Amino acid sequence: MPLFITLAFRNFFHDRLRFIATVIGIVFSIVLVTVQMGLYLGFGRTVTTMIDHVSADLWIMPHGTKCFEDPSLLDASKRDRALSINGVAAAIPVVIGFADWRLPNGGTTPVFIIGSDLRSGGLLPWDLVEGRIEALSIPRAVAVDRSYFDRLGISGMGATAEIRQHLVRVTAVTNGIRSFTTTPYVFMDINRARAHTGVAADKASYFLIRLSPGADRNHVRGQLLSYISNVDILTPAEFAERSRIFWLFGTGAGAALFAGALLGVIVGTVIVAQTLYSSTKEHINEFATLRAIGSSREYIYKVIVCQAIFSAIIGFFFAALIGTVIVELTAATALPIIMTPELIVGLFLLTVVMCVASAIAAIVQVIRIDPATVFTR
Amino acid sequence: MTEPVVEAVNVAKVLGSGAAQVAALKGVSLALKGGELTLLMGPSGSGKTTLLSILGCILTPTEGTVLIRGHATDSADTEGLALLRREHIGFVFQSFHLFPTLSAADNVRLALDVRGEPARSAKARSREALAKVGLSHKTSAFPRELSGGEQQRVAIARAIVGNPSIILADEPTAALDGENGQAIMTILAGIAKEQGRGVLIVTHDPRLLPFADRVVHIEDGLIVSEKRGGAKRQ
Repeated sequence: MPLFITLAFRNFFHDRLRFIATVIGIVFSIVLVTVQMGLYLGFGRTVTTMIDHVSADLWIMPHGTKCFEDPSLLDASKRDRALSINGVAAAIPVVIGFADWRLPNGGTTPVFIIGSDLRSGGLLPWDLVEGRIEALSIPRAVAVDRSYFDRLGISGMGATAEIRQHLVRVTAVTNGIRSFTTTPYVFMDINRARAHTGVAADKASYFLIRLSPGADRNHVRGQLLSYISNVDILTPAEFAERSRIFWLFGTGAGAALFAGALLGVIVGTVIVAQTLYSSTKEHINEFATLRAIGSSREYIYKVIVCQAIFSAIIGFFFAALIGTVIVELTAATALPIIMTPELIVGLFLLTVVMCVASAIAAIVQVIRIDPATVFTR
Repeated sequence: MTEPVVEAVNVAKVLGSGAAQVAALKGVSLALKGGELTLLMGPSGSGKTTLLSILGCILTPTEGTVLIRGHATDSADTEGLALLRREHIGFVFQSFHLFPTLSAADNVRLALDVRGEPARSAKARSREALAKVGLSHKTSAFPRELSGGEQQRVAIARAIVGNPSIILADEPTAALDGENGQAIMTILAGIAKEQGRGVLIVTHDPRLLPFADRVVHIEDGLIVSEKRGGAKRQ
């Protein structure tokens, strides 16, 4: 092993207190960045959860729809036009909207209604832990997520409540369909959804297009756009991206998350820079000796950058451990923090870049070393 | 007559600037040859260390030329001077300047590592160098575990391990007691005689005179006398 690595390692661990302070600084910084970026990913995934769970080739929506929860309406006549296009196998209406759920104790809580044609599929609940999809065809039947039982004031299957003065009964229970807005989703048949949200029978929020086998999606989309006016027609991926952009950047939530992450990077950089600077200052005589015995500047830079990389590796190790615990703790919440392999690799590279960039102040100090000082110290 | 390994030709050096300017050297010429131990003596502020620094390519002269093995160093930049130092010059300092976090062997090896020498051969050569200064039993010891004399011997091993043309030593015995000082001088004299290297020692200490082949006196930035000595033969 080259001796500069040994020297960097020994210098780094020589002052235990400084070593601990450096690691704590990096851990704090990287955990903050992890949480912010994990929230960003989690938020991005949560806001598209409905879109991601629909089996559709295209979505037809009112022109200018910003996200899935945008409650604009389409005329049913547009569905008929869509069905007249060659290559369209099905156009399944979906109705969404907010409503009040009357609690057994008399209060109300807002819920988000999702109604779909049960026979055609469309947007149906998934991850059922109790009951069956077919049970939603029973009059008054709804499906809710068990994480919202307390919020909805119910105890489980068979519980009853009221939405817009209409009685509903829980006949299916899901696990993990949570809304980032914390407003519970309530799944039901489309006709009851219309009644509960006040949507007229000839209206729908979306039409989910399924193509005939062999149909070209782009060609069909072009046809649809030429036949149906005042709508947007998006693929699921496009709609998911539009929703993500709206919630993350249209609302400022994404900017806030990025600002938090940036703050973490700045704090980490400053702490590591300060530590490396003071370490270099403490060992300045040794660096001057190195220069006097003929070392190149590059050799000294390698010592300092090595120290920075040691900081990065050790700091990242502990930050990753803490990050994993946080990910586990938030997994079942409405806004889970998500850690992907790409994020882990990205965070490691960020940690290394941050620590190496922090070495600049120390390197600037070393550039100024006068080897002649070895004769005066 | 052997060629000088290091030579200063009419070297002047002005230190500081403005009102604080001092002419540390005022036209000094000195040639150092292999196999010869030279003592550079003079009172404090006479320019001894400045001359040593210029001969060692640590400082550049304001006027005049330094030649290393006949090649002028005038055109060398900072990195070029560092290259000359690591290829031709070994330094021994008054306060040793060992690395406290490295073992004796690693302190010596450092002089080879900065040259990019592979670890395996560098380790072997470091052990050999430590053996030459009588410290083969202390290779794993850290500086804090060594006496002052032993630390200076490690510093000498570091200076000679790269086979430099010349060893420049700044008050190498000043921090040592008489016995250790004599031991260090014996080693340095041996390096001159047995290894054929040039050795220049800056000192105030007249007890070192018996080890010198040549004694140069400097005062107020000028060489005022030069004598051939009767060096002790070891």
